[in-house]
Amino acid sequence: MHDYTLARLREGLLGERFSATELTRHFLDRIARFDGELNAFISVTAEQALRQAEHADRNLAAGRSSALTGLPIAHKDIFCTRGVKTTCGSRMLDNFVSPYDATVVERLERAGAIMLGKTNMDEFAMGSSNETSYYGPVRNPWDRERVPGGSSGGSAAAVTARLVSAATGTDTGGSIRQPAALSGLTGLKPTYGRVSRYGMVAFASSLDQAGTLTHSAEDAALLLQEIAGLDERDSTSLDEPVPDYDRAIRTPWEKLTIGVPESFFDDGLDADTAAAVRAGLSVFEKLGATLKPVTLSHIHLSVPVYYVVAPAEASSNLSRFDGVRFGYRAAGDDDLIELYKRTRGEGFGAEVKRRILTGTYVLSTGYYDAYYLQAQKVRKLISEDFRLAFEDVDLIAGPTTPTPAFRIGQKVDDPVQMYLNDIYTIGANLAGLPAVSIPCGFVSGLPVGLQLVGPHLREAELLKAAHYFQLETDWHLRTPGIYR
Amino acid sequence: MQWEIVIGLEIHTQLATASKIFSGASTAYGAAPNSQACLVDLGYPGVLPVLNEQAVVMAIKFGLATGCRIAPRSVFARKNYFYPDLPKGYQISQYELPIVHTGRIEIATEAGGVKTVGITRAHLEEDAGKSLHEDFRAYSGIDLNRAGTPLLEIVSEPDLRSASEAGAYMRKIHELVRYLEISDGNMQEGSFRCDANVSVRSRGESRLGTRTEVKNLNSFRFVEKAIEIEAARQIGILEGGGSVLQETRLYDPDRDETRAMRTKEDANDYRYFPEPDLLPVVIDDRLVEKIRATLPELPDAKRARFSREYALSDYDAGVLTSSAALAKYYEETVLAANSASPKLIANWVQSQVIAALNEDGLDIREFSVTPAELAALADKIADGTLSGTLANEVFAAIRAGDGSVDTIIEQRGLRQITDEGAIARLVAEVLAAYPVQTQQCRDGNEKVIGFLVGQVMKASQGKANPKQVNDALRKRLRE
Repeated sequence: MHDYTLARLREGLLGERFSATELTRHFLDRIARFDGELNAFISVTAEQALRQAEHADRNLAAGRSSALTGLPIAHKDIFCTRGVKTTCGSRMLDNFVSPYDATVVERLERAGAIMLGKTNMDEFAMGSSNETSYYGPVRNPWDRERVPGGSSGGSAAAVTARLVSAATGTDTGGSIRQPAALSGLTGLKPTYGRVSRYGMVAFASSLDQAGTLTHSAEDAALLLQEIAGLDERDSTSLDEPVPDYDRAIRTPWEKLTIGVPESFFDDGLDADTAAAVRAGLSVFEKLGATLKPVTLSHIHLSVPVYYVVAPAEASSNLSRFDGVRFGYRAAGDDDLIELYKRTRGEGFGAEVKRRILTGTYVLSTGYYDAYYLQAQKVRKLISEDFRLAFEDVDLIAGPTTPTPAFRIGQKVDDPVQMYLNDIYTIGANLAGLPAVSIPCGFVSGLPVGLQLVGPHLREAELLKAAHYFQLETDWHLRTPGIYR
Repeated sequence: MQWEIVIGLEIHTQLATASKIFSGASTAYGAAPNSQACLVDLGYPGVLPVLNEQAVVMAIKFGLATGCRIAPRSVFARKNYFYPDLPKGYQISQYELPIVHTGRIEIATEAGGVKTVGITRAHLEEDAGKSLHEDFRAYSGIDLNRAGTPLLEIVSEPDLRSASEAGAYMRKIHELVRYLEISDGNMQEGSFRCDANVSVRSRGESRLGTRTEVKNLNSFRFVEKAIEIEAARQIGILEGGGSVLQETRLYDPDRDETRAMRTKEDANDYRYFPEPDLLPVVIDDRLVEKIRATLPELPDAKRARFSREYALSDYDAGVLTSSAALAKYYEETVLAANSASPKLIANWVQSQVIAALNEDGLDIREFSVTPAELAALADKIADGTLSGTLANEVFAAIRAGDGSVDTIIEQRGLRQITDEGAIARLVAEVLAAYPVQTQQCRDGNEKVIGFLVGQVMKASQGKANPKQVNDALRKRLRE
């Protein structure tokens, strides 16, 4: 059962070929068997999952099923879950049990999904390799000496090794798409505001967006259907109708023009990866799409812009972790300032501190105009480049990452090299656009991702292109040998 | 040297919304500590602010009442600093683009003139919680009930030139926010407080001197005293050849002094930046006009109208319009009255009514005597049914809830005796009882007539019309 997509599992449940309880036990067994070597989960909520499964079985038996009834999923440990600890991959929140559910969690539960646990991640979602987690690195199921990508690395590894059928993630600069690419998954980052951020521990508020890591575009559509839509608790969530994604991706293929930013294929991109992505683009041509070169004049500035804006917002968002009301508190309470310093000094890891320092610096009097304000101006230019490009093309396609999965420890001492992992993904966050990474081939046994970026709120078109691609290819159905 | 004092005020007024500015928690004062702080107020991981539209409407009302420009687009910003009573580590405020700006208000000067004070801006922000240092040994308590309470910070131009002008300005703003019903203005509960920027310069100098910011001014008297003391301190420094240090100072009312809190050098760098969790506040003309239509008559306009329509002195009009509720009470009484003049009612409201409110510690809205009852009473005075003394007795009885004006007069037989025959009989009885004094009067001793009037009034138990008694006595004595 574990090699099924969500869509097939749903058919199995409705056809009574297996029960939700059997399915849940099966996946829990796999977690018990394999997660020791992968470290994909921070918390496994077996008891709660089995209770939910029993409930789902009763509903299925009574013919009362919702869209996701009985389907096992996992949540990135950035989403608050009532009664289950939410660590955000940090010592700071090692003891934090949220009193409420995030909107994403609430909506998936309401749709009948069963939560198996909370997945490992880079600390506060800051990282591209899952090596900054307080709970240790996650290993890539394709090669356990390699990283699964990050920050949603635990979700990626769990779905890749088929410890769970699908998982949620968050994407601030590529944190869904990059691990999806490095793990051979379909990773969807919706339009900024399409999915509520309420209950997602904030990293960079103007960039953060919840999304999904699944085996197929079809599964991504199933989950997006449930989590998308206005939430009055998030003022930045969009009050726009939610289309029927599952139906939309099955509509007949129409002529499509796909823009290819040729600058993405320069020296920074590994040659074998480039070849796999080009091969993927030719699949779209075979489907009848027209490829057309596009220019995004300012996209080369997206990494520096991101590393001003994201740390600036993070430095402020993370101020609430002061040891006063929740989370980690350092020993000794003789002096308030000392308490702050020790709590934050001991509670945060090195990468988080680096970004808080950077963010504090760029917002300081005398530097604000040169860094923060300048970055915001360039951010507008990058958005404008995309807007202009979408006047000529329907979607933009290219590589998701410069290389396949790298070795654990390889880039950990070189933050700039690490940051360059997100060079192709950050643009969509800065412009707030929807994007998806889909598997398009392998290099030395490691998966390669192809990224599609769409105009504002065009998730349906994006997923439809991905779905048709997946009807022509089977890269997305491959599983590393020992996890088959 | 002649010194000129230059003052600008920053007034923080708590807006009278039912819930907080970014959460649904109640703003009611006086609840048990931390019982009115929800997850948003506590700054829990993952929570987000949602703007209370009522606070926006209230800020616009203030802007319209002070001739401010209403910003078509204003932006919330984060002000970052660490403090235990600031749960998120930042305060959501407005920085570069406030909701209203560039307005003015008129104050009365001591010399009897009118002065226009510029209002630089007024912006929306959330209040912090409270640190409680007194009730704990070796600890500080944190009460976050106040965290997230909406504030309107009203910043004046440095147009004020004396402590009394600053006091007059603060009173004027206080009166206005209460008229607009956007704040209860309760200073004991901290709903209306202010910081003063004070500097001095030699008269005729156009540049501003170095200023200090005096914090913690939560009464009109403290504002005036703190400014006087701070200006004197600065003048003392300058006259001694020193220079004023730009710093934040705290006013200590117990010692009546200001003390340095922090200097410019160790001031926080607040690292303001636009709040990414909230959209810009976009206000169109339609909304502004809709709100304008709901504005009540403002204090200055009401005062002028009262003087004009009710033929009142400026003083009387000023007292009666000191609060919208008192003005409403007065006006309803005037409208309900038949024969009583607005002036008679003005006198009653200013004397007996206000005295009664003070005595019972009540607000006019809680007063037991309705405008209709007071009007009925005033009519009885105007038509001669009740003398002043009897009216006071009836007033006391209605306050006590003993019944309506008519029933009290009937039950207690308080109706004034105006019947000529009855008065003549009383006069005859008194003259017969006091022959010696009667003779003295007839001999031209005017002083004794007062004694005889008094005896007639006494015989009538105070109910005889005094003027009629006087007339009747003189008539009989001439016979």
